[in-house]
Order: sequence, then structure tokens, then C-alpha cells
Amino acid sequence: MGVEKKDLQQLVSQHELGTVISGGNGGNILVTSLDKVVNWSRKNSLWPLVFGTSCCAIEMMATGAARHDWSRFGTEVARATPRQADLIVIAGTIVNKMAPVLRRLYDQMAEPKYVIAMGACAISGGPFFYNTYSVVKGADHVIPVDVYVPGCPPRPEALLYGIMQLQKKIEQERMGQRVKSMEDFERGLL
Amino acid sequence: MIEKIKQRFPDIEHLPARSEEHPEGSEFHQFVVPADQLRDLALFLRDEPDLAFDYLFCLTGVDWPTEGYLEAVYHLESTRQGRQVVLRARTANREESAHLPTVSDIWPAANPHEREVYDLLGIIFDGHPDLRRLLLTDDWVGHPLRKDYEDPVNMIEL
Repeated sequence: MGVEKKDLQQLVSQHELGTVISGGNGGNILVTSLDKVVNWSRKNSLWPLVFGTSCCAIEMMATGAARHDWSRFGTEVARATPRQADLIVIAGTIVNKMAPVLRRLYDQMAEPKYVIAMGACAISGGPFFYNTYSVVKGADHVIPVDVYVPGCPPRPEALLYGIMQLQKKIEQERMGQRVKSMEDFERGLL
Repeated sequence: MIEKIKQRFPDIEHLPARSEEHPEGSEFHQFVVPADQLRDLALFLRDEPDLAFDYLFCLTGVDWPTEGYLEAVYHLESTRQGRQVVLRARTANREESAHLPTVSDIWPAANPHEREVYDLLGIIFDGHPDLRRLLLTDDWVGHPLRKDYEDPVNMIEL
């Protein structure tokens, strides 16, 4: 209200409290506690898209079923439409015919969106790396991936560990750096 | 059953099923059919009341690069008699005349199977009502399941 931005900046950097952004109308916001709240709420309610192409989908279904329940971690509902989802778990092989479909689904998701590559086929083409004309050698040729979960297929516990790692990654986000640029991805920088 | 077929088509090669006398046989009785007798044998197997092979449960193709032909394999079952038989039809060679007559009007299940064999191996089925690619995109060049197929863009050689 009456604090100059320069003074606030000095105070904040002196005591290492976080970053200062301008809140409009002369106000300034200290974003660390806000970041924490936003990140906490985002990581604890990741709703995945129903996306499974291959055998990893069975393990993903097992992760969602009663014994290893992923809704303990906040992924309560799997949305059928990408417009309402914020996580896409690429469970299965991506073939050349499926690649533009996957890209379209990812583009239809709203920010913030996260991607987990589950299983060997989504990480690198897996068992189909050699001598095949139809498999994309890794889903990160198509969309930017946040967490890779190895396995063929990974056990449900492994997928839950991958979700927990993604949650740790979300905790570290800061307000100015959230949106991923698709131009950067296409240039190979992401 | 075998005798009946052999009686009607005497010069068709028969590979017997696995038994005590033929330990290297496969699960079903197989008949190697030349391409010109394929439709006659198919109609005979379907229409003869004791044989009644009315169910074509598989149609696949095989590439024999060393022998120099392509082959289509037909798995037939008789739902009334409970018997299965396998027919093998060979093409003349692998490049120009890889043709076989279609059986899609005899068993309608052959329609998509023959499209798949054309798509992946390149056997052209004469008389097929709609012979075009099934699994690959329509502008794909080449037939991937042939042994000499090369694709430097997609395939990484081991």
C-alpha cells in the first residue's frame, strides 16, 4: 500500500524471502506463500486423461483400481475429455498413425498440463526400437514429457512413484515460469 | 475327409497333421493348392454336405524369398462337423504376377483379411471388390512385411 517496490525488493532479497512481482495499481505481491498454496492445490488434484494405447493401460487401470488406488494421491477422476484434464499418462506404444492424435489431445489440454511417459514404449520405443516401420521411438518426439516411468510394464507402485515425483516437480514451480512454450519444444530445447 | 478331397482333386499336395507316422506335421491337415484350382477347391469344401467348411477363421500371408514366391494361408473350419483344414496357395513369383483369386465372395470374412495381406505383403487378389490398403495410410509405398523391405526413415537396423 505504501511500500515502494525498490525497498520491498531490497528487504526481500536481504532476508531471502522469495520473488516480488507487481500486482497492479501500485501493489506488490510476495509470491512464495502464494506459490506454495497454488502448487499444493495443483499437485494434489491432478486429473488424468483417459489415454491408454497398449499393455501399460492395463497396469494403469490396476493403479486406478482398488488395491493400488491412485485417487489417494488426488487423481480422483480420469476425465474423458482433454479439455478438463491436466495430466496425460502416455500408457502404451505410440505408432506413427497415433502421433498426430496425441499431439492434438495435448494441444487441447489447458495449461497447466503435465505429461508422464509410462513404460518403455513411451520413453524410447521400447521393445520396438529396432526394425519397425510403424512405432514412434519415444513419445517425447511428439509432446514434451515431465516424468519418465521405466518398466515394461511398470508396476502400479512404480506409476504411483512417478506420480509422486511429478508432484515434487510441481512443488518447485514458480509463477513466472509455468507455461511451457511449444516453439521451444519444437526447436528441441525442452 | 482327406480321402474325399484327394479323390476329387488328385494332384493337390497334402501335408498331414501331426501324428505317430508324421511327427513333423503341424496341427492341421494342410493342402498346397495351385492358384488356378483354389476357387474350385474352396467351393467344393464349402458346398459339399459332409465337409461343410463354412467358417474361414484366418487368412494370412507368408513371404518365401528363398523359394521365390508369396503364399496365402487359409484356415477353414466346419462349424457343423467340428473339423479344421488349412489351404496354402502360392503365387507364381514375387514381383510381377503376385496374383491370387479372391475368396471373398465364398467366405465374406476374407474381405478385410485379403486387404490386409495386400497391404502388408503385396499379393493382389483378382476379383476383390475393394482392394486397397487397410492398416497403413493410403499413400504408403511398399509392402512392409516382405523380407526385403527397407525403410531408412523409420526402421533402425539391429
